[in-house]
Amino acid sequence: MDDLRTKYLDLINTAGDEAALEELRVQAVGKKGEISLQMRSLGKMTPEERQVAGPALNALKDEINAALAAKKAALADAALDARLANEWLDVTLPARPQRQGSVHPISQVTEEVSAIFADMGFAVAEGPQIDTDWYVFDALNIPSHHPARAEMDTFYMNRAEGDDRPPHILRTHTSPVQIRSMEAQGAPIRIIAPGRVYRADYDQTHTPMFHQVEGLCIGKDVSMANLKWCLEEFVKAFFEVDHVELRFRASHFPFTEPSAEVDIQCSWENGVLKVGEGDDWMEILGSGMVHPKVLENAGVDPKEYQGFAFGIGIDRLAMLKYGIPDLRAFFDSDLRWLKHYGFTPLDVPTLHGGLSK
Amino acid sequence: MKFTLSWLKDHLDTTASVDEIAETLTDLGLEVEGIEDPAKALANFTIAKVTHAEQHPDADRLRVCTVATNEGDKQIVCGAPNAREGITVVLCKPGDYVPGLDITLSVGKIRGVESHGMMASMKELELGDDHDGIIELPSGNVGDKFTDWLAANSPEKIDPVIEIAITPNRQDALGVHGVARDLAARGLGTLKPLKVDAVAGSFKSPINVTIDDDTRENGCEVFAGRLIKGVKNGPSPEWLQQRLTAIGLRPISALVDITNFFTFDRNRPLHVFDADKVSGDLRVHRAKDGDTLVGLDEKEYTFKAGQVVISDDRGIESIGGIMGGLATGCTEETTNVFLEAAVWDHIQIAHTGRALKINSDARYRNERGIDPAYNMQAIEDATQMILDLCGGEASEVITAGQVPDVSRSYRLDAKRVISLVGMDIPEAEQRQTLTALGFRMEGDQAHVPSWRADVKGEADLVEEVARIASLTKLVGKPLPRLQNGIPKPILSPMQKRERTARRTIATLGYNECVTYTFIDKAAATLFGGGNDATMLANPISSEMSHMRPSLLPGLLQAAARNQARGYADLALFEVGHAFEGGEPGEQNLQVAGLLVGRSGPKDVHGAMRAVDLFDVKADAEAALAAIGAPAKVQILRGGEGWWHPGRHGRICLGPKKVLGVFGELHPKVLDEMGVKGPAVAFVLYPENVPLPRKSNATRSALMQNDLQAVERDFAFVVDDSVEALTLVNAAAGADKALIEEVRVFDEFIGGNLGDGKKSLAITVRLQPTDKTLKEKDIEAVAEKIIQKVSKATGGELRG
Repeated sequence: MDDLRTKYLDLINTAGDEAALEELRVQAVGKKGEISLQMRSLGKMTPEERQVAGPALNALKDEINAALAAKKAALADAALDARLANEWLDVTLPARPQRQGSVHPISQVTEEVSAIFADMGFAVAEGPQIDTDWYVFDALNIPSHHPARAEMDTFYMNRAEGDDRPPHILRTHTSPVQIRSMEAQGAPIRIIAPGRVYRADYDQTHTPMFHQVEGLCIGKDVSMANLKWCLEEFVKAFFEVDHVELRFRASHFPFTEPSAEVDIQCSWENGVLKVGEGDDWMEILGSGMVHPKVLENAGVDPKEYQGFAFGIGIDRLAMLKYGIPDLRAFFDSDLRWLKHYGFTPLDVPTLHGGLSK
Repeated sequence: MKFTLSWLKDHLDTTASVDEIAETLTDLGLEVEGIEDPAKALANFTIAKVTHAEQHPDADRLRVCTVATNEGDKQIVCGAPNAREGITVVLCKPGDYVPGLDITLSVGKIRGVESHGMMASMKELELGDDHDGIIELPSGNVGDKFTDWLAANSPEKIDPVIEIAITPNRQDALGVHGVARDLAARGLGTLKPLKVDAVAGSFKSPINVTIDDDTRENGCEVFAGRLIKGVKNGPSPEWLQQRLTAIGLRPISALVDITNFFTFDRNRPLHVFDADKVSGDLRVHRAKDGDTLVGLDEKEYTFKAGQVVISDDRGIESIGGIMGGLATGCTEETTNVFLEAAVWDHIQIAHTGRALKINSDARYRNERGIDPAYNMQAIEDATQMILDLCGGEASEVITAGQVPDVSRSYRLDAKRVISLVGMDIPEAEQRQTLTALGFRMEGDQAHVPSWRADVKGEADLVEEVARIASLTKLVGKPLPRLQNGIPKPILSPMQKRERTARRTIATLGYNECVTYTFIDKAAATLFGGGNDATMLANPISSEMSHMRPSLLPGLLQAAARNQARGYADLALFEVGHAFEGGEPGEQNLQVAGLLVGRSGPKDVHGAMRAVDLFDVKADAEAALAAIGAPAKVQILRGGEGWWHPGRHGRICLGPKKVLGVFGELHPKVLDEMGVKGPAVAFVLYPENVPLPRKSNATRSALMQNDLQAVERDFAFVVDDSVEALTLVNAAAGADKALIEEVRVFDEFIGGNLGDGKKSLAITVRLQPTDKTLKEKDIEAVAEKIIQKVSKATGGELRG
């Protein structure tokens, strides 16, 4: 029996392919195979002989079967290895092209600003881009003879012959949204209003369309000191710095009183702007306490409520934060610019994940 | 508004430096836009004395001087003819920058002799044109700073010029005196009181003045005048010329310079007529349509009815408060002058000035509002100055109208000030601030000074107190949260939609553009706009004349620009508003995407192909799905004319509710927009997507079936005009419970199908819910599907 075992194990071991293995299987453990035949002869043995030979033959059969399976697996592995060895691709070839989309800096910065002010309880309000002169000017305490009207380079809409209403206006600022929001919602109120605004001006640093974000916070005891804190927090969060000085300078806007222009501490080195350090100041926004007349015009009682408003240029914020040099290029849709200054689509600004990468 | 430091010091007693003054002005709200300080360039130069001078050994025209300086004796070679022993000179040392030469000095050797510096001429220091020799000072000690010497002996030479921006409310700061008042209120010096002398008239004015009845109201409040006879007009004195020159005005003649001086010194525009050219009396009245006048600027102006002018017997001679007329203007030959000081209605001035497009200093000030209470003193002060500079004899003052009473008072609520500003400013300080600014305090009432036309309520008092207290000192105070705890979400469903659509489309490989809201008329017209309702009255150019009716023209123009730069394969999109009309609110939110050219560059995988409408259909569907549009929609035709008539689809919920349109753009439109095709696009209308009904976050339960689903394929031969969706809907309707999905997987045209026919193949997925499907169940459904499809499309199962 040992001879049998040695014989078959050797043969299995040297079998070259699956067909040879099958042949050996038939020879050894097939119905008429050597081991099967021997097992058949068990019946002729004495019970004592059978007790010894039976288990031994069974064990031998199992061993041969296992060896066959192992060899089969080994042969399959070898065959696979041989095939894979031939399956070689030039992996340095380029992949199938995929377009890479991008989000415009204006959209990205608007979302950044919204995320910050949302945390301070400001909702996002919107309003029409074509508006009446009441909402754009009068309600904001800018009567028709006010020099500020002339200074704003206002775009007017055409007025049909016979229509004697004053012409509608392409809003020169997002401030009309203050009035509309207070009319709709009353006080207390906290909103920001980002959007397109228009002024008839086009040169190196001006485009006839740009973007502003208006802020409005009205409550019972909201003060200019709250305004300053709010803007400090905003600027720190937006420019992602730990500390920044803001300088409030007295100024004048018809719709706020007192009014302040706000400068941000910064440094310019080799054309690179750094916010929150250095000795330079750069004007970034206008703000103030909402004029009682404006509150009144929007149906809010100025004896009961007070609060602040501010307006910031979104394009300007984007230029400062991301080092984008030319305002005019924002609206040119040059593919190279869109790809270079645009943002990856899933780079959604959040406060917990950070506003920029 | 420009002024010089010495001019300021006429009104303000102060020792503050220019820098201190500038910083304070900015902080007060009078933003400094620039300072020209000639002393800065001269700061290093010191006074020295030539103790010895001898001929240069190798040069006839040079002298070798020994110069006593604050650093001991120095040897300096000098070529000036007046370089000689004993004179006091201005020394520039090695390392100093010499402005007039634009060089930085170093120790040099001139013809073999070392020279340690330079003695400067006026021209080399940019103090004058004199270059005949070096400066010889009549006084001064060795080592003194030259700028100190100038300040003491010739201050006008280094008088710094300060330019400030004046916000529209600060008419009082349009005169140097008003600027000084602000600085004094801040404590930067003491305001010098103004003289209140009067000049007695010695004869009656031969020229009288009247104001028409209809011109008193909203026209001219008061007109004061007087004749000064026997004046000698000519160049004004040097100090006055220097001041005017320093602030950018050209000195003209004493009489004109005097009026300019009052304009800038006191924010008090005046006018002088050459009395000999005035015929008869003056009359202030409203112009008639078409009246004309040639102004002092030699331009002819045509009036509209109601504008306020001054006439004599000959006709209109002056535009009230805005500009005088050329015919009666003063010249060097003027000997009799009629001086005018009037108060005009500032709104009338603004409207007239804007209509006539005159930007004079007089208009600028009169429209912002001058101090009416100063009117009668102004004529006295100006008379005195004319008498001082030009001599002559003054008549009595004649007056028409009345100085308006602008007295008013508002309550100072000290607590409210503190509450609004958020700064603890004691009441006493608040009152003191207002007093220093000219307010008269009476109890809690603050009486407004006549020169502050802008102060019209309590809020204005707050502003005055706050800006004098300095907003720079304001310390931020946290804004309490509206409610404790975690902030609530703030975006509206539409705002979220806009963001989701934007980022979804960007993820699909489109680059976001922001294009101008106004486009040219031709492009607007191509897309259904370009009418008068959406036209701008004053566009900045014809390229930007109409509000866009759609986002597509802007994107197509962007594509054309990029194609011109050599970028042919484009995927652009924009999210924004388009305008269907010119009334507020006639705007709608659109999301538009444009694919132009090929799907990508040439590649080894052969994936490159021209973009087609199924690309944009997929992207439109993905974006709509992302913003929550229902999956079951109709695809209708009949879109607007800028689409390819046979190759576009409107994604609709019913015939009127259009969620979006996709397709090929009309070749003619592409041609007119200058875009080389192929070009396909989609426009979505997020506002038309219905809001979800349910408000909670819970999902419906997931129905997972363990029973085996079965898929069966069918091919139908139908007319080629039959739409796949009709066929799919018919098949799906065969057994709504059992059929989970019907999908088109093949379209075949040609072969032996015959003309006008096509084959559409679908896969139907059957999902049993209660028992496993047997062959006969499947056959029953299949039979029904074939029946339904045949009925709906007239097609038959392909054999």
